[in-house]
Amino acid sequence: MAISPRAIILRAAGTNCERETKLAFEKAEVEADIVHVSTLKDKKQLFHKYQIICLPGGFSYGDYISAGKVFALELENIFREELQEFMHKGGLILGICNGFQILVKLGLLPFSDFQPRCSLILNDSGRFEDRWVWLKKERIGRHFWFRNLPEVFPLPVAHAEGKFYTEDNLLGKIEEENLVALRYVNEEGERRGYPFNPNGSLKNIAAVVNTEGNILGMMPHPERYIYAEHCPYEKEEKAQAWGLEVFKNIKSYFA
Amino acid sequence: MIYKVDVFPRAGLKSYAALKLERELEGLGYKNVEVKFSSVYLLELEESFATAEEIAARVLCDRVSEEYRVSNISEVKEERNVISIAYYPQVMDNVALVTKRIIREMGFKVREVKYVREYKLVASEALDYAEMARKFLYNPLIEYLLDFGEFKKKTHLRLEKQKEKLELKLIDLLNADESKLKEISKKGMLSLNLAEMKKIKEYFQKEGRNPTDCELETIAQTWSEHCLHKTFRSDFEYIEIDETGKILRQETISNLFASTIKKATQEINHPLCVSVFEDNAGIIKFDKGYNVCFKVETHNHPSSLEPYGGASTGIGGVIRDILGTGRGAFPIANTDIFCFGRPDTQEESLPSSLLPPRRIIEGVVAGVRDYGNRMGIPTVAGAVLFEERFLGNPLVFCGNVGILPQERSFKTVEAGEIVVVMGGATGKDGIHGATFSSAILKEESTDTAGSAVQIGNPLEEKKVCEVIARAASEGLFTAITDCGAGGFSSAVGEIAREQGVEVYLEKAPLKYQGLNYTEIWISESQERMVLVLWPEKLERLKEICRQEEVDIAVIGKVTSSKRLEVFYKGRNVCSLDMNFLHKGFLKEKKQAVWKVRQEEEADIEGIDEAKTILALLGAYNIASKDWIIRQYDHEVQAKTITKPLMGRYGGVTDAAIIKPLDDSKKGIVLGCGINPFYSDIDPYWMAKAAIDEAIRNIISQGADFGRCVVLDNFCWGSAENKEKLGELVRAARGCYEYARALGVPFISGKDSFYNEFVLEGKRIVIPPTLLISALGIIEDVEKASPSFFQKKANLVYAIGVTKNELGGSEVLRLWGRGGGFVPKADAAMARTIFQHINIAQKNNLIESCHDISEGGLGVCLAEMCIGGNKGVDVFLSELPQEENISAFSLLFSESPSRFIVEVKKENKDKFEKIFSQIPFGLVGCVGERKLKVYSREAELIVDLEVEKLRKSWKRFENGYFS
Repeated sequence: MAISPRAIILRAAGTNCERETKLAFEKAEVEADIVHVSTLKDKKQLFHKYQIICLPGGFSYGDYISAGKVFALELENIFREELQEFMHKGGLILGICNGFQILVKLGLLPFSDFQPRCSLILNDSGRFEDRWVWLKKERIGRHFWFRNLPEVFPLPVAHAEGKFYTEDNLLGKIEEENLVALRYVNEEGERRGYPFNPNGSLKNIAAVVNTEGNILGMMPHPERYIYAEHCPYEKEEKAQAWGLEVFKNIKSYFA
Repeated sequence: MIYKVDVFPRAGLKSYAALKLERELEGLGYKNVEVKFSSVYLLELEESFATAEEIAARVLCDRVSEEYRVSNISEVKEERNVISIAYYPQVMDNVALVTKRIIREMGFKVREVKYVREYKLVASEALDYAEMARKFLYNPLIEYLLDFGEFKKKTHLRLEKQKEKLELKLIDLLNADESKLKEISKKGMLSLNLAEMKKIKEYFQKEGRNPTDCELETIAQTWSEHCLHKTFRSDFEYIEIDETGKILRQETISNLFASTIKKATQEINHPLCVSVFEDNAGIIKFDKGYNVCFKVETHNHPSSLEPYGGASTGIGGVIRDILGTGRGAFPIANTDIFCFGRPDTQEESLPSSLLPPRRIIEGVVAGVRDYGNRMGIPTVAGAVLFEERFLGNPLVFCGNVGILPQERSFKTVEAGEIVVVMGGATGKDGIHGATFSSAILKEESTDTAGSAVQIGNPLEEKKVCEVIARAASEGLFTAITDCGAGGFSSAVGEIAREQGVEVYLEKAPLKYQGLNYTEIWISESQERMVLVLWPEKLERLKEICRQEEVDIAVIGKVTSSKRLEVFYKGRNVCSLDMNFLHKGFLKEKKQAVWKVRQEEEADIEGIDEAKTILALLGAYNIASKDWIIRQYDHEVQAKTITKPLMGRYGGVTDAAIIKPLDDSKKGIVLGCGINPFYSDIDPYWMAKAAIDEAIRNIISQGADFGRCVVLDNFCWGSAENKEKLGELVRAARGCYEYARALGVPFISGKDSFYNEFVLEGKRIVIPPTLLISALGIIEDVEKASPSFFQKKANLVYAIGVTKNELGGSEVLRLWGRGGGFVPKADAAMARTIFQHINIAQKNNLIESCHDISEGGLGVCLAEMCIGGNKGVDVFLSELPQEENISAFSLLFSESPSRFIVEVKKENKDKFEKIFSQIPFGLVGCVGERKLKVYSREAELIVDLEVEKLRKSWKRFENGYFS
């Protein structure tokens, strides 16, 4: 049965992409509520209202200690059971940028078992960088999250800690199980180094999903490409707002 | 018990902090020094070692990439080659604050946390570790080298509890003679001159008593140059003399500001203006029931001493200006403009009191980055200039644009309302910041100004911003302002100046005990906002604050006494007549002299054009600012349509475009103009050029000329120097005439004097610098024109006349040549050109458009090639030009009001018809990957690969020092 999905956009002190993320959901005809984690502590049943949890970008708790760490600890501390239940019911979890950092520190990616196994560490350049990158869909990426997008498409990244890092064994396993959703490439779709791979991510990994495919973490910001004019390239190329398609795919997943 | 937790990268990984130091040392000739970096957390716990281990493992360490080591503080071995750096206890330690909160939330009993950066240097030779630390790693104004020995004797990390100082201090003014008055001002760091001190004495004679220290401080803060802009509002005795000293012109100017800047705005009476020069920012109309507001601040003096803290508090402050505009605006964009000393300055030649430009540049950029990015506000536009005169006095301009519903544009304050403070707690931070910025920096300033320097807390301000957004939309308060320079004394004193106010200082939340009442009253602790509201709204406001985790306290009430009454624990520590405080200041009479300077032909013999283009593209002032721009999030909020770097190859743009509302196609175009080097010839033409540049930057992107406004920021030398003031009068006049003639009003401004530095007895003064920030409205962002070539074979037009105007130009500075005629902007011509560019844009006739500015036509064309990696063929014979001008001048003159425009062939006739009454030329067409320029004699004088141009322009892509 088709349902009209609803997203909860969780924020904490320092989250800062929640408004445009809500706009992106709404433009894709998904209703979205921005909820501060402090107001949720005594209303945990609220999770049942939603089919999608979104952790948006920003600097939750200033990203002090390390990016996403404090928000991840807080979520685990207070909502571990609720999150577990939500995942088992097949709800979708989307983490963008800081949200992705939170998901890995929480241990929900790549295996949703609350064991942190990979991390997003300081960019090789040693600094925050904002730039548009080209992304290539991998097999799992062709799955619903990125279904309507071309094989290679552009989105902006903006982060200091975005280098996907894990130990070799696990990296092999992630590849084997096809958990890589997007990779940084050049416009022709080939894996290249900096600046195409803006942060030095191992295997150029830009986005990963969990084994079940219902949790996605991505460093690039789809909510920053929701108007054709967002694209900084030649005027005539400004056709489709590819970031918005990500949110539309979420909508059609529930159709 | 205190535990030390070291967190460091796993084997095989290297921290960037360590790498960076290794590189710096290598640059100094220390080869093979291995650096290891650790984040160290000192934990004061009630619990056992095992708990400290658990906290380390779960909270402090990312175990995928890091390892940790826990030790009892008493067992820490001191190693000579370990450099441990911590903030002084009074300085904001953001990491420690967040760490303490999460540890507690997880149920551990932690009393205190301190964050320490630790570097271990392993070298075969002996090194001077303290010297290295000072050079590269810390700023002794806010940080210190930690000695673990000191902790071994201690059981806690907290500050020693200081005794409160309750006694009321009176200053004997009534019996003070002139020399005593001067001494009181100097000793108290009040920056009040003798006439002002006398006026204050007179007031207290009438009151029949001596002032308290608090009262004197309040007056000093309110009357400071920083808060009052008294120089600009002074009367001027102005004379113009020729080289022989003969007087050419003599006149009295009453209130320079009112008779120039403000006068232009009043006479233009622009329908867009809602609130100008009144509130914390200028407000203009926008769309769909919304207004937008814009403010640009200068934050120079702190930035020269502690660049990171100075810049971060600068941007934090201007964002609070926007939060405190009307009844609360929401910040949507930052701008930043810097003037620095040259990055290639020989550091060995600098005295130790002066930070080398590299430290200042890195610190300022990091400060804006860490604050702006954490606030979730895109930093979208700006400029960076380098010149040796900015060495001791870097200029840091931070701007912010906000949006607010029309009906929230004005404050209303009434007796019976309460005054609350919200946000950060009050500490000893920044005491005397306002009076400090009104004085010239001396070498010893680096010692005396310690308390004027501080670090911002962006997380706190972000939370405050969220509270204000919610409270404002619910209409919970009637007035709001930020605590900036002067702290409560300025904020509270100002917000209820028409009514009167009572303040109870003991109610203000403090960071630590031991502050006396005056310190609480004038502290410039960051991230605090003062709100006025009706008592019945307080509960709801408190609830929002609880949810957002923001502290709030009622500190006073609005009265109808027309007096400022401040109490501390029952004692009346300040009682002043508002009228005296805000209107009692002395209007000064200043002497200003302008000595007319002669212009002469530039010396351009024997310079090769092609070589010059390449060299100019790589010049500090022209080369791409990638390294800075990319460190700023310029896209957060998803409102940025035109970004600071555009095209696949990250080319230049003249201005940024923000689309604030989803349901409106209207955009805000932001640009700026700054040409301090023209001031060396004549600040009058400098001012006109700055306005012209700012406006043409936003016009080129599609701003509607009829809907443009500007802001002025003057940074000048000493306000006691009559030549500097002569230059000020010239510049202010230029501003008035040009803005008035264009019909572009000033909506807000700021000035900063005393930007001088005494170095080994020699006075170094910055060139008179005027930043003009422009904001325009574009009807439909889809019609914006980019600044880079779009398609091969499109036609390329030049609009506006190129004259022999090389004075103060980049090209002369590049080759170290002198002379030249300063660019002289012609408002009538500019006006017509801007209007017709608009007509062509509205008819969709423009594919791309870039203004011609620093570096002239040569640089303009090259920049247009870079963004999309396309070439161009240009014939100088077709360029509109004055007679007998050299090819060199045609390429590098900086004549104002000129554009290069790309047009499709099929639009040729339509385009040319629009411009039929204006000087224009079809100069060439877009080509393939080469910039080719033909002289008037059709000789190929420039033939350069675009890739080569790009490499030169992107020279500093990864930093100015690598």
